[in-house]
Amino acid sequence: MNSVETPDIEQLRARHPHIFDRPVSARLATPAVLLLALAVFVFGVVDLDFSPSRMLSGLSQLGWIARLMLPPDPGSSLPIYLKALGETLSIAVLGTTLAACFAFPVSLLAARNVIPSAIFRFPVRRLFDTIRGVDTLIWALVWINVVGLGPFAGVLAIAVSDFGALGKLFSEAMEGADRKQVEGVRAAGGNALHEIRFGLLPQVLPVIAGQVLYFIESNTRSATIIGIVGAGGIGLQLAEQIRVLEWQKVSFLILMILVAVAAIDWISGKLRFAIIGRRAVA
Amino acid sequence: MAIAVSILPSQQLAALNEAYRRAMSQRRLRFAVSAAVFVAVLAAAAIGAEVNLRTLYTYFGNFVSYFDRIFTLDDGHRVWTNLPEWFWGFKKWIKLLGETLLISYVGTMAGMLVAFCLNFLAAENTSPGPWVRFIVRRLLEFARTVPGIVFALIFVIAFGLGPVPGVLAIALHSSGALGKLFSEVVENADMKPVEGVRATGASWLSCMRFGVLPQVIGGFSSYTLLRFEINVREASVMGFVGAGGIGQELVVAVRKFYYSDVSAILLMIVATVFLIDIGTGWLRGRLFGAEART
Repeated sequence: MNSVETPDIEQLRARHPHIFDRPVSARLATPAVLLLALAVFVFGVVDLDFSPSRMLSGLSQLGWIARLMLPPDPGSSLPIYLKALGETLSIAVLGTTLAACFAFPVSLLAARNVIPSAIFRFPVRRLFDTIRGVDTLIWALVWINVVGLGPFAGVLAIAVSDFGALGKLFSEAMEGADRKQVEGVRAAGGNALHEIRFGLLPQVLPVIAGQVLYFIESNTRSATIIGIVGAGGIGLQLAEQIRVLEWQKVSFLILMILVAVAAIDWISGKLRFAIIGRRAVA
Repeated sequence: MAIAVSILPSQQLAALNEAYRRAMSQRRLRFAVSAAVFVAVLAAAAIGAEVNLRTLYTYFGNFVSYFDRIFTLDDGHRVWTNLPEWFWGFKKWIKLLGETLLISYVGTMAGMLVAFCLNFLAAENTSPGPWVRFIVRRLLEFARTVPGIVFALIFVIAFGLGPVPGVLAIALHSSGALGKLFSEVVENADMKPVEGVRATGASWLSCMRFGVLPQVIGGFSSYTLLRFEINVREASVMGFVGAGGIGQELVVAVRKFYYSDVSAILLMIVATVFLIDIGTGWLRGRLFGAEART
């Protein structure tokens, strides 16, 4: 049986009508959506004023700037930059820890297996969502109004905006926990607090620790930019040097940020795996 | 039926107890040491970040009263008692919000196109060569690690104020983030269809088009939608550095203490972000089934 049968088109057509005779609407759906997406894109490009002459002059400017950036050189400000970098790292670590400390008890209220009643859970979850919907930079602006310019405002901004994100993640981790341990504690006569302490916490703590470390890592990135609105750290230096067109310092600062982020990524990756073992972090 | 619990002879038990105690004390010691290190790091960070609890204590009232102030109109009434007065700039703001959405849309699309072109070169299984892969990966990494708003700051100087630098910054940052995710999707693709296509004598391009693309297109669009969601949030602050959208109005209102304007604009931003989140979530659910959000 080595001969290749010529496929009988008619027979196939009869057997798979949904492939051969798709309705016009189904056949046109994909191109229509693509066309629509493209139309909005083109409209946006025109509406947002992407004129070719502007692009050309901008690109040549950019090329000029890139040439001025080389070689990266901190001038005499290296100590200031190192201090600013330390400030940024401090903001990230402290802000995330504060956020985790506040988010943990509140996230208990948002977990379905701790608080079965939806009446309590709903407002807590919406609170998390609302806080998360406002960008860190906006929170930084608010806190600058309260405690003044400086890194402390940055710490509070990161703490608040991460409160929303961590609260959601923590409550999801708790909902993913196994019920059996909790039932075991209850069977042994433990009350609700015992159930959380001995049934739930040991399960979720490693997950939570991993998430907090991951957030410290990603907050190093956010903390580099909140200085742009005046909340301390290396972003402040970066924004200032860009404003005064000191391009060699700018490129040096960007390099510093890249190296710092890479170093933090590496360290926290190691720590994370040490805490939770080699398994995927949610 | 009674169950007898067997009790080991006492010297065996003592040995086991001893081993258990030692193991536990070692664990406790390790925990105590890491906790101490963590507290030390926190203390160092507190000094580095100039934390001042006195300031916080003195001004915490400000934080609470800030919310009181932004929800009060100039005439001393609560904002919600006089909606037309509260949202006096509704027409202007909604236009700026539209601009913000357009910035993030165009930026996401452009970034997606770049990521789409580059990711096949960065993925382990489809890359034409190790050198190409290395270079493309470093490029994507660079675009992803530098925050979008830093690109925006530089582009504002090169391209002038307005939405153009915002779009470009979002596009650049998105191409880095999406390029990595896309190449991971491609790495998970089944290579058998590609071998099938190659067996017909097709070029690399055709292999990608007919072997890989049909498998990965779903993942690509899902990630792009997710990125759009994130970019809406990012675009809302692009105006802080002069890169277009609603952020400019917000930063002016905050700096000039137009309190009720701050709450009105914030509310509109939060509502927009909510709607986009829900909308794209619904769309993703419809297109690709319930998938884990990353």
